[in-house]
Amino acid sequence: MNIESLVLAYGLVIAALLISYYNDLRLERDLVYSSLRATLQLILVGFILEAVLKIGRMDYLAGILLFMCGVAAVISGKRGEKIPRARWVAFAGIGVGSFSTFWILHLAGVIPSEARYVIPLGGMIIGNAMKASSLTLNRLTGELEQQRPRIETLLALGANARQAAAQPVRQAVRAAMIPTIDTLKTVGLVHLPGIMTGFIIAGGSPLTAVKYQLAVMYMIAGATGITCLIVTLLAYRQCFTADLQLSAAFRPSE
Amino acid sequence: MRGGEILTILGPSGSGKSSLLRCLNRLETIDRGEIFLNGVETRGIDAIELRRRVGMVFQTPALLPLTVRENLLIGPGFRKQSPDEKECARLLESTGLSGEFLERGVEALSVGERQRVALAQVLANRPDALLMDEPTSALDPPAVLKIEELIKTIHRNLRTMTLWVTHNIEQALRFDTRTIVLVDGEVVAQGNIRDLVERPANDALKTFFDSGNSHEH
Repeated sequence: MNIESLVLAYGLVIAALLISYYNDLRLERDLVYSSLRATLQLILVGFILEAVLKIGRMDYLAGILLFMCGVAAVISGKRGEKIPRARWVAFAGIGVGSFSTFWILHLAGVIPSEARYVIPLGGMIIGNAMKASSLTLNRLTGELEQQRPRIETLLALGANARQAAAQPVRQAVRAAMIPTIDTLKTVGLVHLPGIMTGFIIAGGSPLTAVKYQLAVMYMIAGATGITCLIVTLLAYRQCFTADLQLSAAFRPSE
Repeated sequence: MRGGEILTILGPSGSGKSSLLRCLNRLETIDRGEIFLNGVETRGIDAIELRRRVGMVFQTPALLPLTVRENLLIGPGFRKQSPDEKECARLLESTGLSGEFLERGVEALSVGERQRVALAQVLANRPDALLMDEPTSALDPPAVLKIEELIKTIHRNLRTMTLWVTHNIEQALRFDTRTIVLVDGEVVAQGNIRDLVERPANDALKTFFDSGNSHEH
């Protein structure tokens, strides 16, 4: 593929722009901004990866993964701004969720200690863990706000934080796990996931691609589950005061 | 409050009635002052224990989407207790619902019936005191009178100290108990409600009664 065909591909974004303009969707600014940002971001990452992939030391690579977790936590924490210390909650969830699954696969020999495996696969796990964390925080916030009367009724009956938040917590975990479960169900039928697409385009055998894809899917499922669990367990506690009151952030603004 | 007393807190909306009740079972924390329960400063009582002993009925019943029985078992369940069939039926009957309601889902109940279940739910904790935050405000007029009657009956039978909040002067008069009038977070008067209405002791009280009467009639 040469640069000219890439520019042609960008023409598709212009089509989206026109659609937005004629339907008065007012997404033009957002579209231009985000597509340019994506372009710059990816080009930059391309250069960085060129350098990073030459790194042979695992401790440096682990440092890079940790940095990625930090960025993911900051972004994800914004989905739970009403939850005190949401960033740290997200960081713990994403970090433990992705590192533990990553480590297991590394020990199992699926991920060799080479930068060209560690960085893209690590990024993929962390990205999915972030998605799970964001969905969890977002849903938990919504449920706590919406179910406040019920939560306060339970508190007034003598519930502790875990008992009072049981329903919102369950709903948040479910909401965050559903995309992963649905992806597992439809993989290959509805969409060919990233790794397989890449492998096949690069000329690899589809069967080898399937092998990697399976490992990655399980890894993502594991990371998503652990992340959800840790995020909810840490997050709901932050939402109650020492006197077992639902934090004021979840009260309706009067 | 005297033991076993029923006390009305009357005041316009925004006067701090709900906040007062919420402080009493520590759903909100007081900035200063002290609250005593049977002679014990409540700050020394663990929040969970305090809330079991000081039950609260809210404006709008917020039951769990389960059966009536399961809702009754929530409070005792937090303490690993489970009242038997008879006890559940007795609790429900004390709020004027027959035992056959036990197996019904709460979604199928009217708001008035739900408020009765909410009351039974609180009574299942065997509280020392009851807080009622305008429990009739979500009900239609006939249901309002029935719940008022019910609260009086329960108080007569159990002699549980009861704090009852309303913004409605008519309702306070129907209750005819010792009353504290709260305006803008301040106690402006206390005494029997009929005496207060007949001889308002100060301007704040007069203003509140006048505005209340013009609304209510």
